[in-house]
Amino acid sequence: MLLGPALSVSAVLFAIGVAGVLVRRNAIVIFMCVELMLNAVNLTFIALAQNLGIAGQIFVFFVMAVAAAEAAVGLAIILAIFRHGRTVNLQNITLLKG
Amino acid sequence: MPGTLLLFWTFAGLAVTSAALCITRRNPLASALWLVVTMFQIAALFVLLDAQFLAVLQVLVYAGAIMVLFLFVIMLLNLGRGGPSDIRGPAGVAVATLLAGALGVQLFIVARSAPSPGPGAGPLALAEQAEGMVGVVARPLFTTYLVPFEITSVLLLAAIVGAVVLAKRQL
Repeated sequence: MLLGPALSVSAVLFAIGVAGVLVRRNAIVIFMCVELMLNAVNLTFIALAQNLGIAGQIFVFFVMAVAAAEAAVGLAIILAIFRHGRTVNLQNITLLKG
Repeated sequence: MPGTLLLFWTFAGLAVTSAALCITRRNPLASALWLVVTMFQIAALFVLLDAQFLAVLQVLVYAGAIMVLFLFVIMLLNLGRGGPSDIRGPAGVAVATLLAGALGVQLFIVARSAPSPGPGAGPLALAEQAEGMVGVVARPLFTTYLVPFEITSVLLLAAIVGAVVLAKRQL
């Protein structure tokens, strides 16, 4: 019954996450927007699991585990970048620029 | 059941509003806290979609563990203070809105084409009544999906080692 509305909401949330990634320059905020997109996808999985079986919920479980690992490693990388250049603004990180 | 639908749209509206606030706040600390609000609303949506166990996990793992990690790093790097805004200029905002809007419309069209379920409780709700809300997730996790589950533990171990190696000044 809630399948249609849930899919619409997760579409909107995913688009907001994409907009955040495109509009921000702070690496940590961009990272948070990626988490928002993962959450939107989790909502889709759970909405579809209602009728298509439990596998969707199992997938959400794995997405959460991968998101936790990704957050730990990603934030460690951001820390390392900050230590190198004293900034997390992606505009000022130009190591690959000729 | 219009009551469920009303609750659903309330939580959905709050989730979308707080997500929009999350990407528009200048202060990264405020962004992180609005994202925590969004995750709580999504957990509420999970409950309405018969995924109570994952709603609890959402609050514990996402809102609890992952966002605390984000807040720690923001405070460690002292980013909570004012400073120049990291939001792109008007042209950047326009392009981002256009692209994200186009993607949103596309996803919306795909979502509309999803098969609509019949009336009454779905198969999952019936299984939850029979096995309990944890049992219905736990049984396939430890039978059909046992190998991926064990590999996840290796992944988490690798993440721990990787985070320590990356964050340490000198190994």
